[in-house]
Amino acid sequence: MAEALHALSASAAVPRARPPWALRLAPALTLAAFVLPIVAGLAGTLLPAFGWLPALGGRELGANAWRALGAAPGFATALRLSLFTGWAATVLSLALALGIVAFVHHRPWARRLGEAMAPMLAMPHSALAIGFAFLILPSGWVARALSPGLTGWELPPDVATVGHASGWPLVAALLLKEVPYLVLMTLAALNQVPARAQVTVARSLGYGPVQAWFAVVLPQVYAQIRLPVYAVLAFSLSVVDVALILGPGNPPTLAVLAVRWFGDPDTRWVFPASAAATLLLAVVAASIALWFGAERVLGRWALVLLQRGVRRRRSAWLGGAATAAGAALLAAALASMGAMALWSLAAQWRWPDALPSAWTFANWQRQAGSLWLPALTTLVVAAASTLISLALVVACLEHESRQRVARPSRSLWLLYLPLLVPQVAFLFGLQVLLVRLGADGRLSAVIWAHLVFVLPYLFLSLADPWRAFDERYTRAALALGASRWRAFWRIKLPLLLRPLLLSCAVAFAVSVGQYLPTLFAGAGRVATLTTEAVTLAGGADRRVIGTWALLQAAFPLAVYWLAAATPRWLFRRRKALA
Amino acid sequence: MNAALRLQRVRLAIGGRTLIGPLSATVQPGECLTLMGPSGCGKSSLLAWMAGTLDPVFEAEGRVTVGDTDLGPLPPEARRVGILFQDDLLFPHLSVAGNLAFALPAAVRPASERRARIEQALADAGLAGFGERDPATLSGGQRARVALLRTLLAQPRALLLDEPFSKLDAPLRDELRRFVFEHARDSALPTVLVTHDEADAAAAGGALVRLEAT
Amino acid sequence: MQRRRFHLHAALAAAALLSTPLLQAQTLPAWEQIVAQARGQTVFWNAWAGDEKTNAFIAWVGEQVKAKYGVGVQHVRLKDTAEAVTRVVAEKAAGRDRDGGVDLIWINGPNLLNMKQQGLLLGPVTQVLPNFRYVDTTKKRSNVIDFTTPVDGLAVPWRMAQIVFVYDSARIRNPAAMPRSAPALLDWAKKNPGRLTHPSVSNFLGSTFLKQALIDLAAEAQVLQQPATDANFEAVTAPLWAWYEQLKPLLWRQGRQFPENSAAQRQLLNDGEIDITLSFNPSEAAVSVEAGLLPASVRTVGWSKGTIGNTSFVAIPYNAKNWQGALVVANFLIEPETQARAQDIRQMGNLNVLDPEKLSAAQRRAFEQLADHPALPSTAELGAPRLEPHASWMTRIAAEWQKRYTR
Repeated sequence: MAEALHALSASAAVPRARPPWALRLAPALTLAAFVLPIVAGLAGTLLPAFGWLPALGGRELGANAWRALGAAPGFATALRLSLFTGWAATVLSLALALGIVAFVHHRPWARRLGEAMAPMLAMPHSALAIGFAFLILPSGWVARALSPGLTGWELPPDVATVGHASGWPLVAALLLKEVPYLVLMTLAALNQVPARAQVTVARSLGYGPVQAWFAVVLPQVYAQIRLPVYAVLAFSLSVVDVALILGPGNPPTLAVLAVRWFGDPDTRWVFPASAAATLLLAVVAASIALWFGAERVLGRWALVLLQRGVRRRRSAWLGGAATAAGAALLAAALASMGAMALWSLAAQWRWPDALPSAWTFANWQRQAGSLWLPALTTLVVAAASTLISLALVVACLEHESRQRVARPSRSLWLLYLPLLVPQVAFLFGLQVLLVRLGADGRLSAVIWAHLVFVLPYLFLSLADPWRAFDERYTRAALALGASRWRAFWRIKLPLLLRPLLLSCAVAFAVSVGQYLPTLFAGAGRVATLTTEAVTLAGGADRRVIGTWALLQAAFPLAVYWLAAATPRWLFRRRKALA
Repeated sequence: MNAALRLQRVRLAIGGRTLIGPLSATVQPGECLTLMGPSGCGKSSLLAWMAGTLDPVFEAEGRVTVGDTDLGPLPPEARRVGILFQDDLLFPHLSVAGNLAFALPAAVRPASERRARIEQALADAGLAGFGERDPATLSGGQRARVALLRTLLAQPRALLLDEPFSKLDAPLRDELRRFVFEHARDSALPTVLVTHDEADAAAAGGALVRLEAT
Repeated sequence: MQRRRFHLHAALAAAALLSTPLLQAQTLPAWEQIVAQARGQTVFWNAWAGDEKTNAFIAWVGEQVKAKYGVGVQHVRLKDTAEAVTRVVAEKAAGRDRDGGVDLIWINGPNLLNMKQQGLLLGPVTQVLPNFRYVDTTKKRSNVIDFTTPVDGLAVPWRMAQIVFVYDSARIRNPAAMPRSAPALLDWAKKNPGRLTHPSVSNFLGSTFLKQALIDLAAEAQVLQQPATDANFEAVTAPLWAWYEQLKPLLWRQGRQFPENSAAQRQLLNDGEIDITLSFNPSEAAVSVEAGLLPASVRTVGWSKGTIGNTSFVAIPYNAKNWQGALVVANFLIEPETQARAQDIRQMGNLNVLDPEKLSAAQRRAFEQLADHPALPSTAELGAPRLEPHASWMTRIAAEWQKRYTR
């Protein structure tokens, strides 16, 4: 087969037809679909930051909002806290992810690991955070399991874990999802590079497996994980739900402060809120720039170091430590969701019982009536935004491959904009835009708002496998007489089915977990599982929260399972594809 | 002084089915043992076993020693056994000199001494001045030569060749064969060559073991 | 002649004085017309949804109003009432003066004051509601004065609240040991450090805790009914801060962390992390015990000098699309049967806003038949409700607290 394809590439006699108009429009359409809301939203937040919001009496541009921000009690601490937790979470998650990949990549179960970690990403981070909080509270599951037997505590100790001033529980909870995400992205990038062979060569030169990976493979794949790392950095700096649950409250992080002020009944707080959101945007931009600069400096220094030939064979234990930490994170995530599952079946669970003292199905029965509509809405919105994104992304990628463009055009950087701009920085402005268009509160507005965030994730997951597709298969099909459409539909798509379904699963999970966009675009009329869960979390009944959290996680998990199982079943007799 | 490479009753099996063996052989420093056989008979796996990177799905028995050292319990990075593949696998993020510097032991100091050694090696291979070049800009033959230089600069005790000439076309193959065997002899390394090409075996000029198809 | 002119002038003056509200009232049609127009509408009732029982009650109201008047109710679940206010503000900013998306809001306090001041409310409306005659406007003053601002009929009272303290009698075995004043609370905290806290001051209940302490500690409580001024704020609140400075290090987590809201604090009590919590709802403890959210040993008390009480309202935005339906719902909420059901601890357990003397004997019986519960306070334990201070005191106290303790 390979020889046949080899012959084909030499001929390249296939005429280069102009791609159909649908494909040519695709990139422009894609960009318009979400650059518009972001730009409008940013403008709608930037202007009040400098005093302009006529509806609330702001008719003069000035720096008053900034002065109010600076004078707000706890502002400096909030900013410091955001910077610390954001950077710590990103640096730690990258270090752990790279250590884990370096340690496991050559083992046969590495591929399975990638598949196992993907469903962890399906767990919505707010539900995970609540479960994790219950785990580490002084009156939480770990303490209950150990008390009073091992610890001798009759009452929960008065020790701060959740809400600790340093923000470490927030960092830990962010790691729960960021480490699997980066591991997944790195493993995917490894497919582009003969990693195993190169590491074998480096090992034969005397380098340990972990050091060999870092020296030889990482420099080649870092360019591909750069954007996911930036996305993680932006998210960690600007996350709201997790910071609300686990972070300190007095003062909270800058993002939480902004959201709190946006919701203050005294509408004059909209101005400092906009200033805070704008500052957050600036912080994210500056952080990314700083990280980029650090990459170059560290990269140069690393190359010099490599050429000194120092072999550190004992570095293998670092990889082992990272993997052990990763396993601990996985255990914590599973325990968090397990705790939520137990709570959903609990009638009564008081300190210091290690398990609920009374069990019941009543929680599920009580919630069933109010569950089905939000569940259906969640499904519809997620499916619609995923399918529309898929159509746009496939059209863009196919257009790119037909043009035989080797590297993506620079305008596609805009595609990653929603991942890099803090949500809180443009959602208020977006709400005003939607009201003006009369579109707020409609399902279509929510789908559009979700599309903005779903599309980049789908693109990120699908782009590399798509570009790595060997076009000679298509050319072989065309040479055999198939039309372009048939070659695409019968040859290219089935061969790319697995990465396609996996990226759809990612997109679906992203949509299910969205909170602020649904709230703002839906004007509160559109209830999804996540909006309901966060609202009910305000009532602090863990049995209710547990029930909704499980459901929130169940949907994406089901879709992930389908995405993994479908190719395996469809191609059960085709070993190369299954 | 380099020591001989010895294989003692080496047997390779997969799923209970024996692929190779039992095989015993001794390779003196500077000599080359050629293993010939059709594709899929397990010869590359044998080399992988000797290098320490055999896939766990295989079962292996026997001993491989270099001089008095039993390589079996050692991890790949401790064996000091150089291996050359079909693909040159030059690291694309390092220059030619960078690739070579990576292989050079850290004990060679200071930086000027390292540079001198690398320049010397390149000059010997007819690649003088190629140090700062990007490996991707070199021809196939040039890359293969750099790959060998890289393997040799790491001061291995033995050399394994996994069909390193098969990706090149005929005239280059001759040239490279001469280059590789010359250097192996000069460095007095016991060498094991795996190939399915008779001409390679002839150029190696050492003992020949034919492996059966399974 | 002069006397007749005087009478004429007086009559004209009186008419002028009364005409403004009357003229506005005339813009609202008669009740029968409103009910007829409301049929077939769906009212979007924006209400905080953090409480299961309230959500269930709202659903029940929807069923009833659908059956009786053909008006549907859609509960728009809010995490915070301010979300609905922001939505109306955004609509006004976008120029949407009719067909607004918010029909009815459960609201009070600063949110209500804000909407009233910005002219975002429809009304006055209470004068057209037939059931308003049952509402107690004399003894339960908070039904017409919300945080010292007259409601002026722009909102309809539907549930009452009063600050109470809930404690675990398994931990505080002697009821007499339970503190019932601010100084007693401080003494108790000295003996039991780390077992007491209050919600974050940015939360309504948290700032009310400070207000409650202030009322208890202030030399002269009357001054709190007037707006706070730069001149008197420091002097009046001095005893509060002196007391709080001593209390703060004795609080849970050494006063460095606070639960976000009353539900989170109730969770702390259930988890055994604290012994005392506070609530705005005297029946909340009983309701929570029935729902399994608190142990059966909890008890509820007020303070000896009385605790702050206030009323929750429903209000209709000026641009509401289904305002007729909203009025029908509001009227249904103050029907005696509805209020009795709301007070039942198996439903919501809220204090009612009606005057028992204005009810018939049959209607009064519905209230007398309500279940009793050990976690419910007796009238003596509850104490009389005290009026809320002026809203400016709360904003200033919260700001001062932030300035002192948020660093």
